[in-house]
Amino acid sequence: MEKFIWIIPVLPIFGFIITFFFGKKFPKAASVFTTVILGACVLLSMMSIFIVNSGGPFEITKNWYVTGKYSIAMGFAADGLTAMMLNVVSIVSFLVHLYSIGYMHNDSRFWMFFLYLQLFSASMFGLVLSNNYLQLYIFWELVGLCSYLLIGFWYEKKSAADAAKKAFLTTKIGDAGMLIGIFLLFFNTGSAVFKDVFNFAAGPEVSQGLITASAILLFCGAIGKSAQFPLHIWLPDAMEGPTPVSALIHAATMVAAGVYLVGRSFPLFSLSATAMQVVAVVGAFTAIFAATIAITQNDIKKVLAYSTISQLGYMMFALGMGAYVAGMFHLLTHAFFKALLFLGSGSVIHATGTQDIREMGGLFKKMKVTAITFIIGTLALAGFPLTAGFFSKDYILGFAYAQNKYIFFIIGIITAFFTAFYMFRVIFVVFFGNPKKDGIHAHESPKVMTIPLIILAVLSVVPGYFGAWFISERFSIDKFISFFGFEGQEPLHIIPMVIAVLVGLLGILIAFILYFGKPITNKKISKWIYPLYKLLHNKYYIDEIYGFIIIKPLMKLAEFINTFDRVVVDGFVNFIGKLTVIFSRAVDIFDIKAVDGVVNKVADVTYLSGKKLRLLQTGNTSSYLAIMFGAVAIFVIYLLIKVIFIR
Amino acid sequence: MGFNILSILVFLPILGLIITIALPKSAAGKAKIVALVFTILTVIIASYIWFAFDKTNGSMQFVEKYNWIQGVNIYYHLGIDGISLPIVFLTCVLSVLGVLVSWNIDNKPKAFFALLLLLQTGMLGVFVSLDFILFYIFWELVLLPMYFLIGIWGSSRRLYASIKFFIYTLFGSVLMLVGILIIFFKSGINSFDMLELTKNSIAPNTQNWIFLLMFMGFAIKVPMFPLHTWLPDAHTEAPTAGSVLLAGILLKMGAYGFIRISIPILPYASKSWAPAISILAVIGIIYGALACLVQKDVKRLIAFSSVSHMGFVMLGIASLNPTAITGSVLQMFNHGCITGMLFLIIGMIYDRTHTRQISELGGLANKMPFFAGMLAFASFASLGLPGLSGFWGEFLILFGTFKNHTTFYQVMVYIAVFGIVLGAAYLLWMLQRVIFGEYKGQVQEFRKVSAVDIITLIPLIIIIIFIGVYPSGMVNIIAGSVSKLIGM
Repeated sequence: MEKFIWIIPVLPIFGFIITFFFGKKFPKAASVFTTVILGACVLLSMMSIFIVNSGGPFEITKNWYVTGKYSIAMGFAADGLTAMMLNVVSIVSFLVHLYSIGYMHNDSRFWMFFLYLQLFSASMFGLVLSNNYLQLYIFWELVGLCSYLLIGFWYEKKSAADAAKKAFLTTKIGDAGMLIGIFLLFFNTGSAVFKDVFNFAAGPEVSQGLITASAILLFCGAIGKSAQFPLHIWLPDAMEGPTPVSALIHAATMVAAGVYLVGRSFPLFSLSATAMQVVAVVGAFTAIFAATIAITQNDIKKVLAYSTISQLGYMMFALGMGAYVAGMFHLLTHAFFKALLFLGSGSVIHATGTQDIREMGGLFKKMKVTAITFIIGTLALAGFPLTAGFFSKDYILGFAYAQNKYIFFIIGIITAFFTAFYMFRVIFVVFFGNPKKDGIHAHESPKVMTIPLIILAVLSVVPGYFGAWFISERFSIDKFISFFGFEGQEPLHIIPMVIAVLVGLLGILIAFILYFGKPITNKKISKWIYPLYKLLHNKYYIDEIYGFIIIKPLMKLAEFINTFDRVVVDGFVNFIGKLTVIFSRAVDIFDIKAVDGVVNKVADVTYLSGKKLRLLQTGNTSSYLAIMFGAVAIFVIYLLIKVIFIR
Repeated sequence: MGFNILSILVFLPILGLIITIALPKSAAGKAKIVALVFTILTVIIASYIWFAFDKTNGSMQFVEKYNWIQGVNIYYHLGIDGISLPIVFLTCVLSVLGVLVSWNIDNKPKAFFALLLLLQTGMLGVFVSLDFILFYIFWELVLLPMYFLIGIWGSSRRLYASIKFFIYTLFGSVLMLVGILIIFFKSGINSFDMLELTKNSIAPNTQNWIFLLMFMGFAIKVPMFPLHTWLPDAHTEAPTAGSVLLAGILLKMGAYGFIRISIPILPYASKSWAPAISILAVIGIIYGALACLVQKDVKRLIAFSSVSHMGFVMLGIASLNPTAITGSVLQMFNHGCITGMLFLIIGMIYDRTHTRQISELGGLANKMPFFAGMLAFASFASLGLPGLSGFWGEFLILFGTFKNHTTFYQVMVYIAVFGIVLGAAYLLWMLQRVIFGEYKGQVQEFRKVSAVDIITLIPLIIIIIFIGVYPSGMVNIIAGSVSKLIGM
C-alpha cells in the first residue's frame, strides 16, 4: 500500500481529465462522479493513518535531474502530519463537492466548478505529500492557480475578476521570497528533500544567519498563502468566489498550507530563535488585528474571512512559540469548524439571497439544521468547553502560560474574547430577532447541503479529543504528528483554561446584550467610538495605503518607462536614422557639385578617348550585375545539388 | 547515413518555394497547400532527426562537411547537437503553424508563402551551420523574407516597422561580420570552422574587442535592452505568422549566437563581459515587464514581454553556469512555444474583433470562450506556472545563476525574481481586461472557431504541457551538449 500513496493525488487528476472531456455534456453525472472520487480519497486517506501508525513514515523518491552535486528529486512522503493533512483535505473537499451539487445547481458553468475542484484537490494532495521543497513549491503555485480560477468563477462581475487577480498577485509576492529561500536551502544543501535539508541545517558548520534567512524567506510564502499581515488583504476579497470555495480553499485547506509549511519545516525553524520570533510576532499581531476588523463587518462572509485570518495567526504564533503540535492541532480543528461556518453561511445566503447580516434575522425557526450546526461551529470557534476548538485553543494558551510567554498569552486571550463576541454578534443578528425583508420566504436548504453541515458539526467536536490532556497515548495527536519523539501529553493548565472560558462567555454575553433582538445600526454607536469604528470598518485603510504607496508609484514608473522608451531609447534610434538621411543628402549634394564636377571633367576627356574603345563594351552596368549574380547563383545551386545528391 | 539529412531539411523549403513560384496565376490559391505540405515534411524530417539523435552523446551529429571555397578554408559544414535540436524542431513546427494561421491570406498568396518558406530555410540554416560564412549567409537570408512579410502584409505602420527592423538588424550583423573576419585573421588557425575555432589563440585583449562586435549582432537580435526598440514595432505591425516566427525563432538566433559562438570561441572575453551582460539582462527583465503594464495594444504588450523573457535567457547565458545555460536553451524553446501561441491566439482574436486595443476588448470569456481559455492557458504558461513548460526554463536559469556563488549573481537573481512577480501582474491584468468583464468591441457577430484554429493551437498545447510535466527528457538532451560546449 505504501507504494500506492500516489493514487490519492492521481484520482482527482483522473476526475479532472474525465470532467474536462465529458463534463459539459453530462454535468450532473460529472458532479456525482467527482464527488465519488473524493469519497475514495477519504477512504485512502484514512488508511494512510493506519499505515503510518503501524509502519511508521515512508518515502518514495526518484531523481530526475542531476547537475554536479545537485540532484533534483521528485517524490512522495507520508508521516503523521501528512496523514492528518490528507484527511483534512479529503474530508472537507468531499463534503464541499457534495454540498456544491446542491449549492451550484443553477449555475451555467456547473460542470466547470467541479472541474476546478478536482484540480484543486489533486494539487492540495500533491502539496501535502511532497517530500521536497521544490515539488511543494510546484503544487503551492498550482493551488494558487485553482484559487485564482475559483475566486474569479463568476468573472462577469468586475469585483470577482479583481479579487482573483489580487489574490494571485499578493500571494505571488510572498512566493517570490519563498522561492529564494528554497534556492538558499537547495544551494547549500545540494538537495531540496526535507530530510536532507533538516540534516544539513542541524549540522555543526552551518551558519546561524543562513538558517534564519532561509527560514524567514520560506515564511514569506506562508505569509502570502495564509493571509498573514501585511499580505492578508487578498483573503477578504477572495470571498467573491462561490461560498463552497471559500469553505474549502479559503478557510480549511489552501490558506492553511502556509501554516503547514511552517509546521513541516519546524525542524529548520526551531534552529533559529530569530525566525521563530518573527513567526510568533507576525502571527500574534495578525490574530488580534484581524479579530478587531471582524467585529465591524456586516457581510457574513467577510466576518468569517477576517476570523480565518485571525485564527491562522493563532496557529502561526503557536508555532512561533514552539508549540508545534498545538499549532497543527488547531489547524485540524479549525479546518472543520470553519468549513462548517462557511457552508452554513452559504446555506443562509442560498435561502435569503443576501450576504448582509443587517438584512437577515429570525432565521432560526426557518432553517433549523443550518442554525443549529452553525451555532455548534460558532461555539467551537469561540472555544466553548468540550468542543474541538476548546481543546486546541486551550492547548495553545496553556502552552503560552506554562512557558511564561505572557504577552502572547494575553494577545491570545483578547483575541479569544473578540472571537466569541463577533461570532455571536452574527448568530444573534442572523438567527434571532425579527425576519427582515429578504428573510421572510427563507427555507431550509436541500439535504445534499444539510448533510455535509451535520457531518461537519460532528467533526467540530470529535477531533478535539485527540488532543485533549486526558487522551490515552494510543490516540494522542501529539504522538502521531510529532517530529522529535513523543514526550507525553501536554498537561492540563487550569488557570489559563478558566480564563479562556470566562472571556469567551463574556464575549457571548456582551454580544447578547448589544445585539439580541435589536437591529444594528450605526446610530447605536455613540459618537466618541465612531472614529474607531470607522477605522476598523475600513480595515485600517490598508488597501488604500498599499494603493497609495505601492500600486500608484509602480504604475507611474511604468508610464515613465514607456515614455522613456519611446522618446529617449527609440528616439535615439530614430535620430540616428534621420541623421544618416541628412548626412547622405549632404553627401549627395557634395557629390553632384564637387566630386561629380571633377569626374565630369575627367569623363569629358575619357569620353573622347573612350569613343574609340566603344566597340568592346556592349551593355550597361545593370546587365553586367545581373549576369554576375546569375552566375554566382547557378554556381551555388550547382554546389548544393552536388553536395546533397552526389557523393 | 547514406544521405545528408540536414541539407535536405534545410533546403526542402526552397524546393517548396520553387514549386510555389511555378504555380500558374490561376492556381495561386494552391500556394498554401504547397507550403503546408513542405512545412509538414520538414516536421517529419525533424522528428526523424529527433528520434535518431543519440541522446547520450552531446557532440555534433548528422555532420556534413565539404570543401566549399578551398583557398580560404570555407566549408559547407552542417551539424546538430542538443542545443540546436530543440530549436530546429520548433522552427519546423512553428513554420507549419505559421502557414495554418495564414490560411485566409488573399493578398498575393504566392509571394507570401514563398517568403515564408524562404524564411524557414534561413532559420534552419542558422541553427545547423558550423561554418562562419555559411552561418552569416543564412543569418542575412532571414532578414529579407521577414522584411517583405512585414512590409507588404503588415498593419498600418508596416513600412516604418519593416525598414527599422531591416536596417537595425543589418547594422548589427555587419558589425558581426567584421567580428567574424577578425576572428579568422587573428585565430592562428586560418579557418571559418566554428568547431575548430574553439581552439584559437586570440589574445584576451583582442577577444574583448571582437566580443563587442559580435555582441552588437547578437544583442540586437535577442533583443537586449537598450537595443530592443525595433521589436515592439516589428511585432505589432507584422502579420500573425511573421510575429510568431519573429518571437518564436528569430529572437533565439541572437541568444544562440552567444551560446554557440561567443562563449566557446571567446571564452576569456565572455567572462569579462558577463557581469555587464547580466546587468543589461536584468534591466531588460524589469524594464520590459514595467513597460508591459501600460501597453494599450495586446500585441505590443506581448512584444515587451519578450524583452523581459529574453532577459531571463540572457541572464542564464551570462552566468556561464552549465545549469543556467541549459535553462536558457530550454527557455528559448519554451518562450518560442508560449509566445508563439500567444501571437497565434491574438491573431485569431483580431481576425474576429478587428481590434487589438485592450480598451476595446473585454468579456471574451463569454463571447469566444475557446480563445479566451487558450489565451488564459498561454498567459499562465508565460508567467511560469509550474506544470507548464515556462516554469522549468526560468527555474533552471535562476537556480543555475544562483549557484554561481558570488553575491553579484545572487543579487541578480533577487531582482529577476521580482521580475517574475511583475510578469504575473501584467499578464493577469491583461487577461482581466481582455477576457473578463464586459465586451466593448464594435463587431458583434463572430466567425465560429474553425477546425484550422484548433489544429493550429493543439501542437503547442501538447508541447507546453508535456515539457511542463516531464521536463527531464529535454533537459538531459540540452545539458549533455551544454557541458560539452563549455568544457565542464
